[in-house]
Amino acid sequence: MALIQFTDKGLYCAEGNFYIDPWQPVDKAVITHAHSDHARWGSKSYLCHTFTKPLLQQRLGDGNYETLEWGQPVFINGVKVSLHPAGHIIGSSQIRVERNGDVWVVSGDYKTENDGISGEFEPVKCNTFITESTFGLPIYNWKKQADIFIDIQNWIKDCFEKNANAVIIAYSLGKAQRIIAPIAEVTSNIHAHGAVWNIFQTLKSSGFKFPDINRIDIDAPKEKYKNAVIIAPPSAEASLWMRRFTPFEVGVCSGWMQVRGNVRRRNIDAGFALSDHADWNGLLQAIEATEASKVFVTHGFQSAFSRYLNEKGIESAEVKTEYGNDEDAVEGN
Amino acid sequence: MDEMLTYGEDVNEVPMQVGGMSLFAELIMSLGTSTKTNDKLEALSNYFSVAGDKDKVWMIAIFSGRRPRRSVSAALLQLWCLELVNLPQWLFAECYLTVGDLAETISLLIPPEIMVPKEEQPLHYYIEQLIGIEKQSEEVKKQFVIDSWRQMNQQERFVFNKLITGNFRIGVSQQLMVNALSKVTELPAATVAHRISGNWDPVMTTFSALLHESNSDDSKPYPFYLAYAIEGEPAELGLPHEWQAEWKWDGIRGQIIKRNNELFVWSRGEELITEKFPEYHFLKDKLPDGIVMDGEIISGRQSDEGFVVLPFANLQTRIGRKNISKKQLQEAPVIFIAYDLLEYNHEDWREKTMQERRTQLEQIVADLQSSEVFLSPIIAFDMWAELAATRVTARLINSEGVMLKRKSSAYQVGRKRGDWWKWKIDPLTIDAVMIYAQKGSGRRSNLYTDYTFAVKDGDKLVPFTKAYSGLTDKEFGEVDYFVKRNSLEKFGPVRTVKPELIFEIAFEGIAASNRHKSGVALRFPRINRWRKDKKPDEINTLDDLKQMLEQYGK
Repeated sequence: MALIQFTDKGLYCAEGNFYIDPWQPVDKAVITHAHSDHARWGSKSYLCHTFTKPLLQQRLGDGNYETLEWGQPVFINGVKVSLHPAGHIIGSSQIRVERNGDVWVVSGDYKTENDGISGEFEPVKCNTFITESTFGLPIYNWKKQADIFIDIQNWIKDCFEKNANAVIIAYSLGKAQRIIAPIAEVTSNIHAHGAVWNIFQTLKSSGFKFPDINRIDIDAPKEKYKNAVIIAPPSAEASLWMRRFTPFEVGVCSGWMQVRGNVRRRNIDAGFALSDHADWNGLLQAIEATEASKVFVTHGFQSAFSRYLNEKGIESAEVKTEYGNDEDAVEGN
Repeated sequence: MDEMLTYGEDVNEVPMQVGGMSLFAELIMSLGTSTKTNDKLEALSNYFSVAGDKDKVWMIAIFSGRRPRRSVSAALLQLWCLELVNLPQWLFAECYLTVGDLAETISLLIPPEIMVPKEEQPLHYYIEQLIGIEKQSEEVKKQFVIDSWRQMNQQERFVFNKLITGNFRIGVSQQLMVNALSKVTELPAATVAHRISGNWDPVMTTFSALLHESNSDDSKPYPFYLAYAIEGEPAELGLPHEWQAEWKWDGIRGQIIKRNNELFVWSRGEELITEKFPEYHFLKDKLPDGIVMDGEIISGRQSDEGFVVLPFANLQTRIGRKNISKKQLQEAPVIFIAYDLLEYNHEDWREKTMQERRTQLEQIVADLQSSEVFLSPIIAFDMWAELAATRVTARLINSEGVMLKRKSSAYQVGRKRGDWWKWKIDPLTIDAVMIYAQKGSGRRSNLYTDYTFAVKDGDKLVPFTKAYSGLTDKEFGEVDYFVKRNSLEKFGPVRTVKPELIFEIAFEGIAASNRHKSGVALRFPRINRWRKDKKPDEINTLDDLKQMLEQYGK
């Protein structure tokens, strides 16, 4: 029997009797990272990275959380489990599962470029690799983070020159943390939507250091926001909530912004292809580094990506999961 | 410190090489993403103030439909790109489906690693090279295209590919470009619009010759005056006797020009279509010289009461053909319905009142005594309610509704509110179920926005139309979500979906068609609204469609 099986509740290790990122409540869930499509409510116990725990508590409430450090192995019913940095967001981990010399790695979501805050992606050798494929097409090749930051900074300066506020749409857990430092190099007049602010608070209480930001006060007079940067989650885009920042321009940080049509469709002023997922080359390099003889491809462009791997001589199959909502531009991408 | 800064900025203002491809690419990018007309105007004006003269001329040419002929096929571009990046064809097709644009797909697939930076060339260099290689061998073309790709960043590559493949759909109207040119040259917009129209060759024309010298091109049409749809009730327009009502016709808006004994026929899309309509050629001998008429090119024929108009489908058989056969001339005869007189006796009449222009136009058309050129009939009415009652009969004569023109109005430039309004009849509608979905292109790539709809025929569902527009972005998002979760099968880019979502489809006309399974073809189908209140068994039937065809399709 395969060490990890694909069941209707999620990825399941029968010998260890635990699930990885299950989408139904289970007894024991090992969690790659704190995004809501991977860490779901209702399981009896959770095992995750130390940095992930406070985020899970914030999102899912009190519960039974155990934590591990990266590279620190634990045995679950005789199956060896360890976490390894995935570089996706703070605390995000690949999950290595070993039994009788058979090693499987579940990537969760990952990116190969070191963003300086999420931990550098660690290639882990294995027999079977289960990889995401959110951006598994060769049109997705990211610019370097430092260059995108310059684009964002220039855009903010342009906004200020037009006397407009700069509203940046960025996922509250992940991109918001990445862009805060470069924004702070341009201005200290930074305000965040409650959802974004809450995550910063949680991370700050866990000991992470970030520049100071203000929580947006619904009752504050409009005049309070002038030549300001507003960080808001995707749910706030094009909402009445944003009206109070008029005049403003909207910039969106998302890998989907790589394609012009997506920028235009959203009727925004600027799109920055800043992603917390690996790009095409990142995925290929990561897979090669695992030296895996079999690769399962989950959420994203799984059918194209796994076909390509097969044609390249890497045995591969696509797997349907409930992560990343098919090909939607989900939050967090 | 402040002084230091100022000094520093001055130094930076030493002119750099101006008018390069990067400048053009940046313009295209900012026009493509800008959501505010003012920002677009600003970006265009900036471009026109800093770009080189030859680049400016090409910019005007490209955005007024004067792109040079295509010298490299899409198939070759794709092939060369695949060779360069070493990817399989099917993967290219996947990428194209996601991006929705060939030029952009190629620009994204070529990785920065293979770039060979070189001194930047201006826009006109690339265009003139592309013209130059048109007749050259495939090897020469390939060399030029690949070299160019390697010299460019992704944005420039995208724009370069667009120069080859086709239209820049970037939400810039010709009017906006005219306004920007007007701002930069300090000429009135109407003058600019007129000067950049007509027959001119971007290769031979300089910027100043185009805009500043009076151009002696006899073929030059005037910019069309276009109406907005009426908002609210016509009664709000004031007294009925101040207004002239005419039928609104669904043909090709056009201008017929005779100057120096030569005849020119222009479409609103600024296409010279004289040769396509031999019916008009007699006007060369019959019209007085120095005259420009505005009107509708439309399929129809003389009748006892003047003329009858045939469905638009007839005219369609004439569009896009170079040579017109005798049979086509008989089956789809074309007439001209004259609306207005823009030039008379070599004089620009646009500033005169419509009443004056109309009086003279009536005289001209009467003198022609022609079975091809007719005056646009005036609909008599004393009260708005009377006109409203006449309007609803429009479809019976293949008209789209009513035009309202203020009798004292001048002939203006472009789409303007105030003096001209269109008051269209309500569209025909039918309730249908979505059965296929396909991803959109351009702004809608990666989202299922192109749908095929079906009506009931007993137990069967018969597809009868596609529709691409009419939903809000939010609704498109919802439908997209449904499609991704309710696909039954996948055929290439098309997914069949559970027949569950009901939409009201609106359309302007219906005609018999043997190309379609349903036997009908609709004119301007679009989604009117999402009928969340209806169930699949409550949709209309094929018989309902056939009845509409019987009533309106003849």
